Amino acid sequence: MSRLSELFEKQSKRVLNVYCTAGFPKLNSTLEVMGSLQSNGANIIELGMPYSDPLADGEVIQSSGNVALANGMTIDTLFEQLATMRNSIHIPVVLMGYMNPILQYGFEAFCKKAKEVGVDGLILPDLPLFEFEHLYGKTIKENGLDFVFLVTPETPEERLRKLDSLSTGFLYAVSSSATTGKDKDFSKVAVYLQRLQAMKLKNPVLVGFGIKDKETFDAVAAYSNGAIIGSAYINALSKSVSIEETTSQFLKSVLS
Amino acid sequence: MHSFNKSINYQDPSAEGYYGDFGGAYIPEMLYGNVETLKTQYLQIMQDPAFKAEVDALLKDYVGRPTPLFLAERLSKEIGATIYLKREDLCHTGAHKINNTIGQIILAQRLGKTKIIAETGAGQHGVATATVCALKGMECVVYMGEKDIERQAPNVARMKMLGATVVPATSGSKTLKDATNEAIRAWINEPNETHYIIGSVVGPHPYPDMVARFQSVISEEIRKQLKEKTGSELPTHVVACVGGGSNAAGAFYHFLNEESVELVAVEAAGYGVYSGMSAATTQLGKPGILHGSKSILMQTPDGQVVEPHSISAGLDYPGIGPLHAFLYESKRGTFMSATDEEALESAFHISKIEGIIPALETAHAFSVLPKMNLKPTDVVVVCLSGRGDKDLATYMQAMDLQK
Repeated sequence: MSRLSELFEKQSKRVLNVYCTAGFPKLNSTLEVMGSLQSNGANIIELGMPYSDPLADGEVIQSSGNVALANGMTIDTLFEQLATMRNSIHIPVVLMGYMNPILQYGFEAFCKKAKEVGVDGLILPDLPLFEFEHLYGKTIKENGLDFVFLVTPETPEERLRKLDSLSTGFLYAVSSSATTGKDKDFSKVAVYLQRLQAMKLKNPVLVGFGIKDKETFDAVAAYSNGAIIGSAYINALSKSVSIEETTSQFLKSVLS
Repeated sequence: MHSFNKSINYQDPSAEGYYGDFGGAYIPEMLYGNVETLKTQYLQIMQDPAFKAEVDALLKDYVGRPTPLFLAERLSKEIGATIYLKREDLCHTGAHKINNTIGQIILAQRLGKTKIIAETGAGQHGVATATVCALKGMECVVYMGEKDIERQAPNVARMKMLGATVVPATSGSKTLKDATNEAIRAWINEPNETHYIIGSVVGPHPYPDMVARFQSVISEEIRKQLKEKTGSELPTHVVACVGGGSNAAGAFYHFLNEESVELVAVEAAGYGVYSGMSAATTQLGKPGILHGSKSILMQTPDGQVVEPHSISAGLDYPGIGPLHAFLYESKRGTFMSATDEEALESAFHISKIEGIIPALETAHAFSVLPKMNLKPTDVVVVCLSGRGDKDLATYMQAMDLQK
């Protein structure tokens, strides 16, 4: 059973997935940030691979990616850093990134290497359903990686069921059609999440985009299996002097 | 020189928007609804006689089409072949860009959209979009790189005068690529009421095909006009500059499946193809994904997109439309390039011998004519995609340097 499935078997409510950018704030801080997230109560780590043109992300995450790229982060370097990851990180780790750098690395080589270092799954927002089914999905599955599709409030039911059927690990429910780091109207989000609950999907549902603190986490956790926090944590990290202190304070404030 | 495969229909991408391996719709799920609606409706709308009539009427009375096909006698003599110029510079707003924005704004109305967003580099597409938004009373927001806003002040003023809001793109390299990112993000953030008018044959399917079809009026007219002038609808060569590739797609479109016509695409080599300051995408790029489609892309070995350089902002783009990537890969198209310096020289030369000041983008197309080994019997159509008024500052600088 995959680490993600095991996690959701043990814990079906208030699962917290925290996003961090590989190579941010410092090139070699990746594992330190991940360790800090684990020890302070994150249940899943979504590790972002920086890209020059991250379409689905807002300003905060793009800026952190630019810092990471300027620090010299590449997929090669990331895999070197992650080679010893499983000595200390025991919670599920999902890589998030865009297709172009992965294609240059080689899609199959990337999946192999990701599995080898102990990555559990992939989130690739610009890999669409058609291309997943016809070109890339097989390679992902063959290498034993989970793949997480995004769904939005506008995703029609039939398509939603299909995305759920092809996802493993969990389903990423975007709180509203927006890039990361924007404020949301959470009364509308609740209606949407209740609709998802009523659909009795195959996968657990984690809610992302606009989740930034205890209030927003509680608001979506009530109608889902948990949530994903990205921009708010990156924001905190970018002003931080101590990764451990910042992470501890941030997660305490969310989970209290 | 060029290669032709009879079994390929070069005009039409597959149902999922692929020309060979290039194209597709690599978009986040948040854009699925909008792009899917476009994908299922664009052909139907474009083939509706009432839609066609509305577009044609505006192209005629507002844009000033058909644009002339002009026999450039002095240039012909100099090159030693018959050279015709397709005068897109005479379109309202000064370039071919408006052919597409007229079509897309009426399409947006049919889709019930109330707001238009667009990206722009030099500002030509931004002006063409702001113009049709004023014409149709639609809200218009144009995303433009912060650096380009500084470099292209007159076009920024034009857009504002036309009632558009110009939003600076402050991310990344602060140029066209980033303006496109910002426009796509804005579309993600308010997808329901907004239509995104992409200015070139790039972006997720169906944009490359849709924009090519709206621009195809260029080659449709060339065929008719050439028939009247020479007795044949077919030239031996069509030459156009390529950044994203919209004027080239329009000028090539009705010749794509004509074996005898050589299609010459001219990229911007900047300081020189291998100088590190170039925008010659097919020479320097590798297959990759940017702005929602798979194409040829200038990038680092790690797959980060590279900022290109060209003296002309309209060619300063690290990618190329998927149709052009396919024409390059299949060798249906002949890809050449011209440097900043060659383009400047051509701009001055064409001004002096034909009395037409071309846009810097277009000037690249003229630069390759002497290198094409043309024969006296060749009939060449050059797509004169835009006029040079917007480039006057650059031209004045060049004249100062020559003093």
